[in-house]
Amino acid sequence: MGELRLMKGNEAVAEAAIRAGCDGYFGYPITPQSEILEYLMMAKPYETTGMVVLQAESEVASINMLYGGGGTGKMVMTSSSSPGISLMQEGITYMAGAELPALLVNVVRGGPGLGTIQPSQADYFQAVKGGGHGDYKLIVLAPASVQEMCDFVKLGFDLAFKYRNPAMILSDGAIGQMMEKVNLFDPIPRRTNEELISQCPWAATGKKKERDHIIITSLDLDPAGQEKVNLKLQAKYKQMEENEVRFEEIQCDDAEYLFVAFGLSARICQKSIELAREKGIKIGLFRPITLYPFPTKQIAALAKKVKGMLVVEMNAGQMIEDVRLSAGNQIKIEHYGRFGGIIPTPDEVVRALEQKIIGG
Amino acid sequence: MEEAFAKLDIRKPENIVYKRTDLLVDRPLSYCPGCGHGVANRILMETIEEMGIQDKTIGISPVGCSVLAYDFMNIDMLGAAHGRAPALATAIKRLWPDHFVFTYQGDGDLAAIGTAETIHACNRGENITIIFINNAIYGMTGGQMAPTTLEGMRTATCPYGRDVKIMGNPLKITELISQLPGTYFVTRQSVHTPVNARRAKKAIRMAMENQKLNKGVSFVEIVSNCNSGWKMTPNQANKWMEENMFPFYPLGDLKVDGKLVEKK
Ligand SMILES: Cc1ncc(C[n+]2csc(CCOP(=O)(O)OP(=O)(O)O)c2C)c(N)n1
Ligand code: SF4
Repeated sequence: MGELRLMKGNEAVAEAAIRAGCDGYFGYPITPQSEILEYLMMAKPYETTGMVVLQAESEVASINMLYGGGGTGKMVMTSSSSPGISLMQEGITYMAGAELPALLVNVVRGGPGLGTIQPSQADYFQAVKGGGHGDYKLIVLAPASVQEMCDFVKLGFDLAFKYRNPAMILSDGAIGQMMEKVNLFDPIPRRTNEELISQCPWAATGKKKERDHIIITSLDLDPAGQEKVNLKLQAKYKQMEENEVRFEEIQCDDAEYLFVAFGLSARICQKSIELAREKGIKIGLFRPITLYPFPTKQIAALAKKVKGMLVVEMNAGQMIEDVRLSAGNQIKIEHYGRFGGIIPTPDEVVRALEQKIIGG
Repeated sequence: MEEAFAKLDIRKPENIVYKRTDLLVDRPLSYCPGCGHGVANRILMETIEEMGIQDKTIGISPVGCSVLAYDFMNIDMLGAAHGRAPALATAIKRLWPDHFVFTYQGDGDLAAIGTAETIHACNRGENITIIFINNAIYGMTGGQMAPTTLEGMRTATCPYGRDVKIMGNPLKITELISQLPGTYFVTRQSVHTPVNARRAKKAIRMAMENQKLNKGVSFVEIVSNCNSGWKMTPNQANKWMEENMFPFYPLGDLKVDGKLVEKK
């Protein structure tokens, strides 16, 4: 079923949120993702599905609105771009610590600082390694198309609730802004409060006679208690690593070399594969879809089959650290990156492959 | 002895004139003896019990001495990050419009780090209750200067007294907030005597009842002591509060039913 539409990546996120049965969106404008809030305000879902849409006074407020909404079991989301996500970090770690579900979308732009409004992948470290303080993990999904911008909203909510953990869609300014055909999934009705209360017995929904009062917090002043909290979180992350790794392999079967790339860079590498294969280079693409949990085992297995890997990223070399940790040092693994909002061309990626991996 | 006491004929339900509300969890409070936080916690819980809204109330505790209020209040609660309680409350009230939502915040929480969230929640007219404990100091972190610290008042970070030329002026955030169209009821109370505690409880009742009207923020400031931070005995602290705090932060209503109260 579904519905075919031509949409921007950002619009697809907004439409998918309404269709996924999202209860509330809270956000603050920043380029290149403002279309998400604009689309929602235009669509007025508060008159149809009852979804709350609110322009907050800052990203600090947005993320803490998510903490409030998520703590009461509601399906809540926000979106922003790099500087705004930096501002949210305190709230994100509080949510991870209190084990609250929520969906965050980062339509990444180039940094550091105010940087540029052009696309970038330089927030990989921030998304997968923490960003905020303390030992915690976000579930991080990297879409490479407008279709995935739509689909990952639903997937992100599903995983966030399955693990009671914030999930992030790590996109970029190009995927947010580009228009593509999208097959929109059929709308899912928002949960009623009764359904929510039975599905989320952990949520603060008002104390009922038959149960103790519920406390949503990330504080435990007793070191032994806080260590227990940490161990519980680590066990949960282990579960994610076992069950939720997602990736795509393109022309890997006969490959002697591999591109490893996520999101927009993976799109470019697909074109580079065509160009390289015309030259007789047997190359494939490994695309991590979940950046956390990272497809470590899959990369380790591929490292036994190929001669070298070129990690292509629109940053100075971030995911390559995880690729190297996964693959070990048996084969050559190099990085090719452009930054500051520059998108590498398929040709230059092939040249980099020839220079850094095949020739080098 | 205890057993004998339990058997005393006088202990009959019809003879009870006062009892601890069931909405306060039966455990020791973490506040210093003599601190106003304890009384404020109690009258808030009594109000919720009397209104019969325990199952429909969601509270938000701050970072500050009352960070553990969620352990004492027998209702569903969330512990916010420092200063962000009004943002949590905004979302919760909008997502659960038939619930009663309150925040409970200190002066550092509400009027320094969380000023933006406070002002914007008030200005949007969120249909929530804000309880603001103003003790003119950062109690929890050991008595540093707060936005509400009085001119000349000594704290750990203004050991020679607050010099407004260097440290800025004490912030009358409640006066500021009363000017915002999103606030419906703004009042300043204290809990240092039984009479004042009763008045403050009445104000809290009104602030919670107002949520049924959907008219915006009800804001109850409680000027309170911090005997530990002020380095005084509880009695000295209360006296000092009357003599120094009340002239600068005068008790009484600032705004009722959406209308500013004329100064006499
Ligand atoms: C982001 C952040 N900054 C600083 C702190 C440290 N801190 C904890 S409580 C507090 C001040 C609390 O003072 P107030 O709000 O006046 O409440 P009181 O303790 O006096 O009741 C501070 C600065 C923190 N927990 N989080
Ligand atoms: S430090 Fe001050 S505010 Fe905190 S509990 Fe003690 S007396 Fe009360």
